[in-house]
Amino acid sequence: MTASTVLQSILDPAGPQAAYISRLWWLMLWVTTIVFVLVLGFLAAALLRRRRATSEQSLARAVVAAVGATVVILFGLLIASVWTGRAVASLGATSAVTIEIVGHQFWWEVQFDDADPSRRVTTANELHVPVGRPVVLKVTSRDVIHSFWAPNLHGKRDLIPGYTTAIWIQADRPAVYRAQCAEFCGKQHAHMALDVVAETEAQFERWLDAQRKPAAEPANESEARGRDAFMRRQCVLCHSIRGTLARGLVGPDLTHLASRGKLAAGTLPNTRGHLGGWIMNSQEIKPGNLMPPNLMTSDELQSLLTYLEILK
Amino acid sequence: MTDRHAGARVLDVSTLAPGGFGYRSLMWWGTLGLVLIESTMFALVIGTYFYLRTRNSYWPPQNIAPPDLRWGTLNLVVMLASGVPNELAKKAAGRIDLRRVRLWLVVCLLFGVAFNTIRALEFTTLNVTFSNDAYGSIVWLLLGLHTTHIATDVVDTGVLTALMFIGPVEEQRFVDVEENAVYWYFVVLTWLPIYGVIYWAPRIIS
Amino acid sequence: MNSERELPPVLVDEAQLERTWADEPGLAGWLTSVDHKSIGIRYIATAFVFFLGGGVLALLMRIQLARPDNAFLGPDLYNQIFSTHGSNMMFLFAVPILQGLGIYFVPLMVGARAIAFPRLVAYSYWLYLAGGIFLWVSFLVNVGPDVGWFAYAPLSETLYTASKRPDVWAQMITFTEVASLAVAVSIVTTAFKMRAPGMSLNRMPIFVWAQVVTSFMVMFAMPAVMMASTALILDRLVNTHFFDVERGGDALLWQHLFWFFGHPEVYIIFIPGTGLVSTLVTTFSRRPMFGYLAVVLSLVATAFIGFGLWVHHMFATGLPQLGESFFTAASIMIAIPTGAQFFCWIATMWSGRLSFKTPFVWMLGFFVVFLIGGLSGVMVAAVPLDIQVHDTYFVVAHLHYVLIGGAVFPLFAAFYYWFPKITGRMLSEPLGMASFGLFFAGFNVVFFPMHVLGLHGMPRRIYTYLPETGWGSLNLLATAGVVLMTFGVLVFIADALRAWRAGVIAADNPWEAGTLEWATSSPPPNSNFVHLPTVAGRDPIWDNPPDQPVVVGLRSDKRDVLVTHVLDAEPDHRTIFPEPSQWPLLTALATTALFIGSIFTPRAVPYGAVPLFVTMTGWFWPKEAGETGTQQWPIEHRTLPRPNEEPGKAA
Repeated sequence: MTASTVLQSILDPAGPQAAYISRLWWLMLWVTTIVFVLVLGFLAAALLRRRRATSEQSLARAVVAAVGATVVILFGLLIASVWTGRAVASLGATSAVTIEIVGHQFWWEVQFDDADPSRRVTTANELHVPVGRPVVLKVTSRDVIHSFWAPNLHGKRDLIPGYTTAIWIQADRPAVYRAQCAEFCGKQHAHMALDVVAETEAQFERWLDAQRKPAAEPANESEARGRDAFMRRQCVLCHSIRGTLARGLVGPDLTHLASRGKLAAGTLPNTRGHLGGWIMNSQEIKPGNLMPPNLMTSDELQSLLTYLEILK
Repeated sequence: MTDRHAGARVLDVSTLAPGGFGYRSLMWWGTLGLVLIESTMFALVIGTYFYLRTRNSYWPPQNIAPPDLRWGTLNLVVMLASGVPNELAKKAAGRIDLRRVRLWLVVCLLFGVAFNTIRALEFTTLNVTFSNDAYGSIVWLLLGLHTTHIATDVVDTGVLTALMFIGPVEEQRFVDVEENAVYWYFVVLTWLPIYGVIYWAPRIIS
Repeated sequence: MNSERELPPVLVDEAQLERTWADEPGLAGWLTSVDHKSIGIRYIATAFVFFLGGGVLALLMRIQLARPDNAFLGPDLYNQIFSTHGSNMMFLFAVPILQGLGIYFVPLMVGARAIAFPRLVAYSYWLYLAGGIFLWVSFLVNVGPDVGWFAYAPLSETLYTASKRPDVWAQMITFTEVASLAVAVSIVTTAFKMRAPGMSLNRMPIFVWAQVVTSFMVMFAMPAVMMASTALILDRLVNTHFFDVERGGDALLWQHLFWFFGHPEVYIIFIPGTGLVSTLVTTFSRRPMFGYLAVVLSLVATAFIGFGLWVHHMFATGLPQLGESFFTAASIMIAIPTGAQFFCWIATMWSGRLSFKTPFVWMLGFFVVFLIGGLSGVMVAAVPLDIQVHDTYFVVAHLHYVLIGGAVFPLFAAFYYWFPKITGRMLSEPLGMASFGLFFAGFNVVFFPMHVLGLHGMPRRIYTYLPETGWGSLNLLATAGVVLMTFGVLVFIADALRAWRAGVIAADNPWEAGTLEWATSSPPPNSNFVHLPTVAGRDPIWDNPPDQPVVVGLRSDKRDVLVTHVLDAEPDHRTIFPEPSQWPLLTALATTALFIGSIFTPRAVPYGAVPLFVTMTGWFWPKEAGETGTQQWPIEHRTLPRPNEEPGKAA
C-alpha cells in the first residue's frame, strides 16, 4: 500500500462532492438543532408556565407565525439542498478517467477502458484513481442490485442490472478510502467492500502500466506446478489470468492478484495464509459466497499459492 | 338504569324507514370503497404496462403480432349491451317489481356467461404467452385481472338471482339488486380502458 | 318525525338489548363474534404479541452486532431475522394495531351501536391472524423471508433466491393487505354514515378523522404492494418476466410499485399516531383542541403529499436533476402540515389546565422522539445528503425515531388512556411512569448512536462488520440500551396482567375527557350505549347541555342500528345488523388455503375458489325470513326511501 488508510466517514471528506455534502450536513445539523431547542423550549414553557388566560387570538397569531417561520426555514434548506445538488453534479468531466464498475454477488469488477483492446485492464475490488482528477464511474450490475459508496468521496450510486449510469468522483489527497456495498444484495452483503486507492498521477500511471501486462510466467518448477494445478482444477471455469488459458468470467480476474491489498472484496488482508484458507474453503470465511471449496493436497495448495504470489 | 335520563328530551327514530336505496345505504358506501380499491389496482396495472413499454425498444416485441381484434371487440359490444338488462334490472329493483327483477337478472346472467365465454377465446388470440417476455406478462396480467372481475361478478349475480327466485324475498333485497347493478357497471366500464390498452396501444404506440 | 318529546317512563328494555347484542356463550361464541369490541381487542392483543416477537428478533440482531466479527448468528439466519423483523413490525404490528384501535374506538367515539360490515371485520381478523401465523411458522421452520421487508427484485426472483422464502413474504402481504383493506372500508363507512345525530363532519373527533384519512390512504396505497407481490409470485411460479431484465422486464419497476405503497405506509402508521396525540392533548389540557380545522386539514394534506414522495426512496438509483429537485421539494414540504400540528398541540397545552397523568407523559415522549425523527427526515429529504446517508444506520435511526416516536409512544399512551375503558380497571400510575422512563431512556440509548454510526459509514442490513471499521463501541452501547427498553415493556406487561384482574375499578370517565367513548360504562355494554347519544359540540361530554336528547325508538329485540347523513349526521334510516356468524371464520379458512396453496401451484387458484365460493354463499345467504327487518314478499308499496326522498316518506 502506498498511502494510509482512512476510516470511511461522511464527516471526513476527501473530495469536492463529499465536501459540498458535508457542508450541507453541518448546515442542516445547526438549523435543525436550533429548531429542536426552540420547539422543545415552547413545549416546556407550555407545560411549566403559570396558568393565566391567553386569548385564542394571540394563540392563533403565534401558531401562524410559527408555521410561517417553518415555511421560511424549509425554503432556505430547500435552496441549500438544490444548490448543493447542482454543485455536486457540476464536477468537470474534462480529462476524466473513465472506469467501469460491475457489481457481482459479492465482489466488484473494475475495468479501465481503452480504444486498444490489448490495453484494457480488468481487476477486482480495488479502484485506483489519480489524485486531483475527476474520474467517471460507469456502473452497472451483472446480477442483483448493489450500491457503490465511498463516503469520503461521494454519495451512493446503485448498480442496477439493465441500467448503466455514471457518477463523477475526485479524490483530493492520496489515501486508501474504503467503499462498501450499500444495497442489500444477499447473503454476503456485509462483506462486499472495495478499496479506493488514490495516488499521485505518476503512481497511478505506473500502476496502470503494470496492470496492462499479461500475467507473470512461472520462473521455477514449483510455480509451474502451481499454474498446472490452477489450469487442471475448476479454478479456470470462473477466473481469468490474462496470457493463460484461464478465461472464466464468473469470478474476479486474477492476472495481478498479488498486487491487490485485500482478498474477498475487502474482507481479508492479502497474505499467503489467508489466500490458502480462502482457496481451501471460502465458505468458512464468507458463507454463501459463490466460490466452492477446493479439496487438494497440501503440496498442491502450496505450489498453487506460490504461483499466485508471483501474479504481481 | 332505564330512568337515568328521566326528564331528558328524546329523539325518536322509531318512525324512520328500516333501510334506504342508493347512497343512503351502508352497502352503497362499501361498494364505493371496493370500486376505489379496484380502480387503483387497474390504474397501477395500466401504468405498469406503459412503464414497461418505455423500457423496451419494440412493443410488442419483434415477431409478435398485436392481439387479434375480433374477440376483444366483440366482447366490448357484448359488455356494453349488457348495460341494457342491467339498467332494466336496476330500474325494476327501484320499483320493487319482482317479476321484472327476475327476468332482467337472468338476461344479465346470460350476457355474463356470453362474455366470459368470449373471454376464453380472447386468451387464445393474444398472440403471446405470459412466459414469453414482459410484454406477454403484463398483457396476461391485465386481461387476467379483468377476467377475475367478470367471473366473480357473474357468480355474485348468479347467487343473487337464485335468492330472488327461491330465498325469502324481502324489500332489502331490492336494494341489494341495485348495488349489484352498480358494481356490474363498474366491471363493464373498466373494460373500456383495458380494451384500449390491450388491443389498441400496441397498434398506436408501437 | 324526529320529534323531541317528553320521555316515556321506560325507554328501552335494557336486559333484552344486552341479550340481543351479546356474543353466543363459550368457544363457539368466541369464534363467531361480530362484536367490534371483541374483534378490536383481538386485533390489539394479537398485534401486541407480534410486537413482542419482533422485539425478540431485534434483540437477537443487537446481540449479533454488539461486537465486530461476531459469530452468534450467521448471514443466513441474520438475513431472515432482519427481514422478518421489518415485515412483522410493519404488516403484523403497526398497521393492524392502529386499525384495531380504530375498530374498537371509532364506533364508540361516533356514538354508534356497531361497526359497519361487522362480519367483514371479523373475516379480516381471521385473515390477518392466518397471515401472521403463516409468517412466523415459516420463520420457525427456516423458511422466513430473507430478502428484506422490501424484497427488491431481482434478488427476490427465483434465479437469486430459489427457496420459498420470498413467496412467504409476498403471500403474507396478500393476507395482511386484504385484511387491512376490509377494515379501511368498514371504518370509513362507520365514520361517514353511523355518527350520532348532531355530530356533523366538523364535529367528528380528530382520532376518527385520522382513522378516515388513514383508511383512504390504505385504499390507494395497498393495491400497489398487492400488485407488486402478485407480479413477484407470478415471476417465481409461472415464469412471467415483470422484473426480468433479460426478457423486457425492469428491476426498477419493483421499486416504483413498492414505494408507491411503502412511503404512504409510513403515514398510514404515523397519522393515527397523531390522531391519538390530538386526543390526549385535548383531554389532558382539559380544553377543546386549538386549531381543530387546521389539524384536520394537516392530516388530509399529509395524506396527499405522502403519495408524491415514493421516489424519495430511490434517490441513489440515479435520477434526472429536475426530478431530484421536485422530490426534494415535496419531501421537505410534508414537514409543513406536521409542523402545523405540532404548533396547534403546543398552543392547546399552553392555554390548557394540564394534568400530568401517565398517558400524557407517554405522549410527551412522542414529542421529543418524533421531533428528532421529523428533523432528521428533513435531512434525508435533501437529495445530496440522502445519497450519503441512504441505506445506512443513520436511516435506521431516523425511521425508528419516526415510527416508534410517531406510533409506539402514542400507542403506549393510548394503552394507559383506554385500558380503563376496555377493561374497567386502571393501570398503575407509578409503574406507568417507570415503564415510560425505562423505555424512553432505553430507546434513545439504542437508536441515537445509530445516527453517528451511519455518518461513519455503517450500511444497513449487514450481519457483521470488521473490527477496523471502528463501529464496535457505539454498537455495543446501542445493544446495552436494549436492556432498558426490554424492562420498560416488561413492566408494562406485568402491570397490565395485574390490573386486568385486580386493578382499581375505573369510573366511566376517569380522565374527565370529552369524547363519546367516555359517555358509556367502562367496559361498554354489548350494545355500546343503552341509549344512543346525540351531540351538540366537538367534545360532547363537555359541550352537551344537561337536557341534550338521547335517541329512542331503536328495536331492542334485533340488532337495530341508526344510519345518518354523511355531512350533518341527521338521522336517515335504521338497519338491522347481522347476528354472530361462523361464515367469516370459514371464509377466512378457505381464503387461507387458497393463498398458501397458490405459492406452490397455480392450480390452487381454481380449486381453492370452490370452497371460497361455498363459504361466501353461506355468508350472504339469508338465515331466516325477516332477518333484514324490511317488508317480506308480497310487498304492496315501497317503504325504503330513494336518495331524493324524505326519510321514511316512501310511497
